[in-house]
Amino acid sequence: MAKFARKGKGGTPAISTASLPDIVFMLLFFFMTVTTMKEVDLKVQISKPKATEVKKIENKALVKYINIGVPITKYQSKFGKEPIIQLNDAFAKVRDIGPWVDAVRSDMDAENRSKMTTALKIDKNAKMGIVTDVKQELRKAKALKITYIADKTTKDEFN
Amino acid sequence: MARRPLQEINAGSMADIAFLLLIFFLVTTTMSTNTGMQRKLPPPPEKKEQKDIDVKERNVMVVLINKDNNIAIKGRPIQLKDICEKTKIFFTNPNNDENLPEKKIKEIPFFGKYPVSKGVVSLQTDRNTNYEKYLQVNNELVRAVNELRDEKAMQKFGKPFDELEKEKQKAISEIYPLNISEAEPRRIAAGAGK
Repeated sequence: MAKFARKGKGGTPAISTASLPDIVFMLLFFFMTVTTMKEVDLKVQISKPKATEVKKIENKALVKYINIGVPITKYQSKFGKEPIIQLNDAFAKVRDIGPWVDAVRSDMDAENRSKMTTALKIDKNAKMGIVTDVKQELRKAKALKITYIADKTTKDEFN
Repeated sequence: MARRPLQEINAGSMADIAFLLLIFFLVTTTMSTNTGMQRKLPPPPEKKEQKDIDVKERNVMVVLINKDNNIAIKGRPIQLKDICEKTKIFFTNPNNDENLPEKKIKEIPFFGKYPVSKGVVSLQTDRNTNYEKYLQVNNELVRAVNELRDEKAMQKFGKPFDELEKEKQKAISEIYPLNISEAEPRRIAAGAGK
């Protein structure tokens, strides 16, 4: 019966859990800071072009994205293999851009509306046809500030 | 049986370790930020029938990219790496060449009367032009203007353009405006740029 007696008395001492909150908070903070809120799942494949004259995108609240690229594999049977537009979470046609700009604008604060920037995230293998169409629509919708998303590269790599 | 009471592990330093890790991760993780090339689109045409503004031929540099991604400036084929230099010469016109843009005397803060180029770069693409090529050419044109601005800033204020005050930047931007116009889309003859 020695077995039972031992279990009752000594055993392993309880590990202090005083630091557990710290660890949890650490993890929490870590994930809070690192996670960039991904608002949309990309349904199109985009490999970004490279450029030298690029600037960091500041004030993310004012930047709205238009993605253009070839649909990912599981959508290819339905939407084909040509580059198409993705607005928010859904595929869209060129004519949807005007209403989309209006909707996005009305969601913004009044003083920020004029500062809205449309970021064109376009696959480098896309053709200018679709890009020009989108730009024409943006002009019509008076969303004139645009930025072409591109990765920064050095001058030597570029040429 | 006399037992030594088991000591509790000192957990006081745990918090320090936790914070150390936290700071480590904070410093090392780079949040993926997007970078982009900022441009402005021209405002939509006011009336349906808008007359094209008359611009003298010498003031326009037409940059064509055709469907085969060949580049031509003023009808002559050109390599991507030569565009920047060509654009800079176009905007500065150092020898007042008759075939390069005219200059207009303008009153500019810090500089006084300064001859500003009337040159406009017109970038035209075909519907089948590759977007990457277009962006590269666009990049070269923007780079030409940025380099000119930097040179001017260094010469006048001894600092690169980005480090100048707002007003000085504005003055230099007036000397070297980013005059890139993108024509309405159209089909470009297959022969161009070969």
